[in-house]
Amino acid sequence: MTALARSLHFAESEVIAYRRTWRGTVITSFVNPILFLAAMGSGLGSLVDDGNADLGVPYLAFIATGLMAANAMQNGAGDGSFPVMAGVLWRKNFQGTITTPLGPADIIWGRLIWGAARLIFVLLVFALIAVGFGAMSLGPALIAIPPAVLTGLAFTAVITAWTLTREDGRSLSTLFRFGIVPLFLFSGTFFPISQLPGFLQPIAYATPLFHGVELVRKITLTGVDETIVTAMPMWIHVVYLLVMLAIGIYLSVRILDKRIRP
Amino acid sequence: MTDLLVEARGLTKRFGDFTAVDDVDFGIQKGEAFGFLGPNGAGKTSTMKMITTVSPITEGDLTVFGIDPRENGRAIRQRIGVVPQEDNLDLELTVSENLYIYGRYHDMKKADINPRIDELLDFAQLTERRDSQVEPLSGGMKRRLTIARALINDPDLIILDEPTTGLDPQARHLLWDRLYRLKQQGATLIITTHYMDEAEQLCDRLVVMDEGKIVAEGPPRGLIEEYAPREVVELRFQDGQKDDAVLNLDGLASRSEVLADRVLLYTDDADDTQRSLHARGIHAEQVLVRRSTLEDVFLRLTGRRLID
Repeated sequence: MTALARSLHFAESEVIAYRRTWRGTVITSFVNPILFLAAMGSGLGSLVDDGNADLGVPYLAFIATGLMAANAMQNGAGDGSFPVMAGVLWRKNFQGTITTPLGPADIIWGRLIWGAARLIFVLLVFALIAVGFGAMSLGPALIAIPPAVLTGLAFTAVITAWTLTREDGRSLSTLFRFGIVPLFLFSGTFFPISQLPGFLQPIAYATPLFHGVELVRKITLTGVDETIVTAMPMWIHVVYLLVMLAIGIYLSVRILDKRIRP
Repeated sequence: MTDLLVEARGLTKRFGDFTAVDDVDFGIQKGEAFGFLGPNGAGKTSTMKMITTVSPITEGDLTVFGIDPRENGRAIRQRIGVVPQEDNLDLELTVSENLYIYGRYHDMKKADINPRIDELLDFAQLTERRDSQVEPLSGGMKRRLTIARALINDPDLIILDEPTTGLDPQARHLLWDRLYRLKQQGATLIITTHYMDEAEQLCDRLVVMDEGKIVAEGPPRGLIEEYAPREVVELRFQDGQKDDAVLNLDGLASRSEVLADRVLLYTDDADDTQRSLHARGIHAEQVLVRRSTLEDVFLRLTGRRLID
């Protein structure tokens, strides 16, 4: 059995389980992004566009691209946290799985395969809704999906590794409160980083969501200038996210192995 | 000795300073039911985890099907079925889905898994619960499902870690019956237990473990014959009378054990011992004569009871 077959077998079991738990993910995956798009994009956006902000694109287009990446981050982070904690602590299916031919690496890769599939679906739905709102046209909306998926997976991988070092679910809520929410707000989703005080800008540049947001904008909003994106070349964003993904996978496999194969 | 399915030499497992399994040797033959008997913390589960390749070996040698777990754990896991001490059925899945995913983990084709699920549900007496959730099942049903899951790949070796711990007597007997059937079909079983009756019922051969070491090895009856005289006279005394009686027991039995709640006299002739008790004027509140069991063997070997 190849490593890919083993990972796919694990992903299959996650799909079967998801058929029973998907309802719990509808709000965060589908409803919240739409609410943000409606309130911030259409509502607040009309004020922004009437004011003296000169973004070069309608605020709705600006925020839709930001939300695309931010949405990927939130779903990716969600996938790397509670289901992973469940796997080792509550549902304990990881411990059982490793008594079969599958090993810790197959579990991590299987989860990422499943996570990627879920991200593609969630982002496709978001993209179509954004098109419906008039925020993007169909072509750019669709090509925004791959960079957003990469962003989401990078978060899944790193947060999976971190979650595997935790002993209870409380620290996961802390992660979202003090990690994901600030990233969501200050990584360029809602306003260009250039609007932040100068000393905060380097910090924002270092955050992973910034690279995800930038990548999505540079790919979809062609022709926009430095008022809304930086001059950083795209490959930097791609390399940043790929390195984050690789480190996350490496650490996840190692930590999971140590944890469930003592 | 070519038929050894599992062979351990100097097998050791340490967690930091703590030695869970301390330099043990054993060999398990094809087709036998082999027991690891011992109290909690004796090192049984750690030994099982090394055999099932989910815990790395600290020192010594271990082969399963002639394969070293350090070299190819996956090849071993393909051919074993594992029933862990703690139920880890997937509560997000139904009864049959729990079997299905393990079939997939063993790379079975969907078309082959379904008939196998039917067979196993029948074996586990869970056919009616096929599509129900796992959570509402009774403890005994969950254990039977866990055993069925371990059998999905038609394993050459089945490892059961305390299969009946926590079950009521009726559920235990039903489970024993299922395990007995597996045995009759020629399966090789490894069973850990701290229940004497379980070891006596199911195991062809067993080792007694205590504090990480193997303290005795043999078939259940053989161990009893070797370490405990045939019969036991159990005496319970009224408050305060035990201590006086204990001083007066010399020569009544080949050996005696004074426990907190009773005194055990090991003897080859219980009638004779009882007559002597009478002659010496020792009157217990309650006298029970029984055959020696593995519990007595354990007490003899370690000076402690198995379950306190």
